[in-house]
Amino acid sequence: MDFLNPVLDGFGVVVQPANLLYCLAGVVIGMLIGVLPGLGPAATIAILLPVTYGVEPVSAIIMLAGIFYGAQYGGTITSVLLRLPGEASSVVTVFDGFALAKQGRAGTALGIAAIGSFIGGTVSIIGLTLLAPVVASVALDFGPPEYAALALFGVLLVATVGNGGRLKSVIAACLGLLLATVGRDTFTGADRFTFANLDLADGIDFVPIAMGLFGLGEILYNLEERQHKRQEPAKVSTVWPSRQDLRQSRGAIGRGSVIGFVLGVLPGGGATLSSLVAYAVEKRRAKEPERFGRGAIEGVAAPESANNAAATSSFIPLLTLGIPANATMALMFGALLIQGIPPGPQLVSEHPDLFWGVVNSMYVGNILLLIMSIPLVGVFVKILRIRPAVLAPITVLITLLGVYTVANRIFDVFLVIVFGVLGYLMKKFGFEPGPLVLAFVLGSVMEIAVRQSLLIFGGDVTGFFTRPISGTVLAVLILVLVLPVARQIRKSRQQSRPDKELV
Amino acid sequence: MSTAEPPAAEPPIDSAALLAELAEDRPPPAGPWAQVGAAGVTGLIGLAGLILSARLGLGQLTAPGPGLWPFVVSVVITTLSVLLALTGRQGTDTEKFSRSSLTIATAVVTLVLLGLALPVIGFEIPSLLLTFVWLRCLGKESWRSSIVISLGTVVAFYLLFVLVLKIPLPRLI
Repeated sequence: MDFLNPVLDGFGVVVQPANLLYCLAGVVIGMLIGVLPGLGPAATIAILLPVTYGVEPVSAIIMLAGIFYGAQYGGTITSVLLRLPGEASSVVTVFDGFALAKQGRAGTALGIAAIGSFIGGTVSIIGLTLLAPVVASVALDFGPPEYAALALFGVLLVATVGNGGRLKSVIAACLGLLLATVGRDTFTGADRFTFANLDLADGIDFVPIAMGLFGLGEILYNLEERQHKRQEPAKVSTVWPSRQDLRQSRGAIGRGSVIGFVLGVLPGGGATLSSLVAYAVEKRRAKEPERFGRGAIEGVAAPESANNAAATSSFIPLLTLGIPANATMALMFGALLIQGIPPGPQLVSEHPDLFWGVVNSMYVGNILLLIMSIPLVGVFVKILRIRPAVLAPITVLITLLGVYTVANRIFDVFLVIVFGVLGYLMKKFGFEPGPLVLAFVLGSVMEIAVRQSLLIFGGDVTGFFTRPISGTVLAVLILVLVLPVARQIRKSRQQSRPDKELV
Repeated sequence: MSTAEPPAAEPPIDSAALLAELAEDRPPPAGPWAQVGAAGVTGLIGLAGLILSARLGLGQLTAPGPGLWPFVVSVVITTLSVLLALTGRQGTDTEKFSRSSLTIATAVVTLVLLGLALPVIGFEIPSLLLTFVWLRCLGKESWRSSIVISLGTVVAFYLLFVLVLKIPLPRLI
């Protein structure tokens, strides 16, 4: 059982008081922003990036991870009580969660959601513990061509599976790749796209891009949003679900956990997609599908288990391959780089304290969240009274002053403003900022890998396809990209036929 | 919440109505010209990338120059932008600009002013003004709560950044 030793050492890291405190801070912040509609976990993590500069690497990542999975718990509360999903991943929970609340069973819905989230999260951590070291040890043999293929796979899949139009997302991703090339070329030393500006010579920093596109862009976009009709939160009586509720949702929680774990690992999957799939599966399996949307407890249990499981398992590709599976993981990638720790297969062996410390902190974080979300629901409901108009200027100040403190450069403040406006405009014109940030993060990794591969292959591009692993990755990628297009063409042909008959 | 596509083939009446209501909170789509305009902007970026990276020197496949990678990326951007202009005109994923979009312009102006004033007169007064303008003019808060919250925010920031964390922000006091 030698392989368990670093795992156990990781618990030693977690129980250090400072780390426990950062874990608590992370999950509380996550829960709060999950409850408050508007800022999502990606925006929050982006805004808090400057804070992590002065913190130990393990503590910093523990806190940021806590924000991410904590937000999945918090998003549920508003979905159930206000019919207002706090997070995109809790949208499906609204259907049955709010129906239950109307029947006076809000407590049951929240209780089941908390328990499902806890089980989903825990199942996923165990999966992560077992799977991650295996993947990492395989990935240690990867060369530049494999990395080039994997990075391309990650970027394109996130762009095509994510929200918004596919074409626009791929364009956004390519713009991210282009932005990543600004600055000095590592191979030849040539200045690229710097326009003789000294501030650009070292390239554009990740922090102002992320804070601008995710943080400020999101704040500006929300300023314009029409106010939701505010509803009085439904009364929460008892939060403990009855034994019958538990029995009824047992299967849904189990299936949701597995679906979440699997989809979370895949690039472009993650919490939102897995909650949608888990809901659809439960509805299809149900003996009386018409119950769904009218207060079926499985309709809360499955998506909530799934989104938490996915939030956890999406750490696997990041921590083992160095490939972020979604936009939030791209931020984690940036946070690790800030700490001087490049994420990748060597992480498990070279920084076991960080790897296992972060993984094991998730057990603690999930227990804290379970404790907080059942008895403290009332407190979080009170927070809903804070008006968004009050929060906006405070978050803006944190963003602008925060980015200044990173390097004491006023240039960074203006970069954030520029990228904030860009983020706002992108959203207005239907472009997702997520793929851009993700591609920016992977941009230099990808370029270096491609150029090294070209040198290895002696300029022969087909080399990418003839090496077994990179070839397989590229083949799967092509399959994933071509299949939906082919299906769409077939569908539109079928649809156009009856029209012709009418004419 | 644009992610709210129901996955099931036939959503119950409840969820369909809800999704429609959530969508109603956003402005209506901006129409085909916005799509073409967006494609035009990304296309121009692609073209600029093409020209600038070609000037950097593409090199050979056996010895890639500094411009090769950005050149390839720019080719993809330009091609996809043309595709978008040709096929995407009917898309409904854009949002119309309305009078409330002017709020955003005002907000951005205050941000730029803060950035200009910060190195000159420190963070206290610009932060106070920014918070106040956002609360009173953009957020339509009452005079009283605007004054109280903006003062409270700046005091809290001073305590946190300057006294507790000792971060070297440019400041008056």
